[in-house]
Amino acid sequence: MRKVIMGNHALSYGAMLGRAQVIAAYPITPQTQVVELLSEMCADGTLAAKFIKVESEHSAMAACIGASVAGARTFTATSAQGLALMHEMLHWASGGRHPVVLGNINRAMAPGWSIWSDQNDSLSERDTGWMQFYCSSNQEVLDTTIQAFKVAEALFIPAMVILDAFSLSHTYEVVDVPDLDKVDAFLPPFKPYARVDYRTPRAFNGLTGPENYMELRYKLQKDMERVPEMVEATGREYEKLFGRHLGAVDAYRCEDAETILVTSGTAGYTAHVAVDEMRKDGLKVGNFRMRMFRPFPFDIVRRVLLPAKKVAVVDRNISYGHHGMFAQEVKSALYGIPGAPPVFGFIAGLGGRDITPASFREVVDTAAAQDRPAEEILWIGVKR
Amino acid sequence: MSKKKDAAKIIFESEKDVPIMPMSLGSMLFNKTGSWRNIRPEIRTADCIRCGICWKFCPDMSILVEEELPVVDYDFCKGCGICAEECPVKCIEMAEERK
Repeated sequence: MRKVIMGNHALSYGAMLGRAQVIAAYPITPQTQVVELLSEMCADGTLAAKFIKVESEHSAMAACIGASVAGARTFTATSAQGLALMHEMLHWASGGRHPVVLGNINRAMAPGWSIWSDQNDSLSERDTGWMQFYCSSNQEVLDTTIQAFKVAEALFIPAMVILDAFSLSHTYEVVDVPDLDKVDAFLPPFKPYARVDYRTPRAFNGLTGPENYMELRYKLQKDMERVPEMVEATGREYEKLFGRHLGAVDAYRCEDAETILVTSGTAGYTAHVAVDEMRKDGLKVGNFRMRMFRPFPFDIVRRVLLPAKKVAVVDRNISYGHHGMFAQEVKSALYGIPGAPPVFGFIAGLGGRDITPASFREVVDTAAAQDRPAEEILWIGVKR
Repeated sequence: MSKKKDAAKIIFESEKDVPIMPMSLGSMLFNKTGSWRNIRPEIRTADCIRCGICWKFCPDMSILVEEELPVVDYDFCKGCGICAEECPVKCIEMAEERK
């Protein structure tokens, strides 16, 4: 059924159609409507899930981990400061191999206190062992949430579904909400690897000495390396059933592009429009919108970006004292490859400042005027 | 005191044998936590009324009952003193550990 819904509700519908069994969450702007709608669904019987109200995001993730080890499909959602408070528990979820799905609404970290979008909250969690998927439309949010359960549970790696504050979370769009029985056919019930069970009593996540710990981490990494393939396969299966394809990346008009923009989130959607406009003006540009940031899809990044003359990464985030984080990682993917294009690292849109088609025009013009990046960071939209 | 203390530490030879989830597979009984103890409970069994409260309250199951009388399992007792605190007739005393 086609519905006009906000991005936050697209997340709620994704969790509902995925038949989440335990939802533990703490409200935070701009995430609140995600769990508001889910709590209503739990209350009126639309969703047969246990909704656990908790006193903090740290507890929300702890409850999800406990429910997951008991064999339940689990979902939570948060944003910025809430995600930061969850930080310790994010490691417990991934290290314990609990495939929790988390919706994060990208909100800038305080101070200055902000409720507007940038990616520093989720990207600060890039090393926690969670998969990260960045969305650019409400439809994509819903579809990604359903697929995230499937991939997470296949490999026992938790997954974040990420969307921008307001420009997606509170923006209404037409979304095709699939029928529950069709989603059931795509997403079978969660089969835990091991679970709390009185017949085979076990303690989970206990003391692990140097004699066994490193192998656990090796195995997590090896399974992370299987994710790109799994995401593509899951995307193809989803497309057969629902007619919409989602992969690790969305490469638009990149084949013959001289300058390729690397984007993510809603800014990636704006870039798509900007590319069409610039193409009309004869500029050979493409948009490489990265949906998956963790694991980093090295192979696809190399395949698409290597033929370009220039790569312009637009980061809505910053690693202070270094670069934008997508730029760092794109550089690491292209490092040492003969003939690799120079990577221009742009930073734009921090704290919810608009990234418009004109911003991308400025990015492309700046990259065109320099053989190699004149500065490590090229700023867009700073008043100076 | 029982054969359960023969439990051995599990060290995997290959990552292939390691389960992906960190979880207990065998027993932790090889890990004799009694060595952490600084003070030790000593029971005057002559005064014991066999109420079982020390057995029930011990958080580490280190009070065993043998012929209806409590016996401390010093391999695992960490010396927390809960048994001495809870004993209604105060027949358990915490003494300095003898190393």
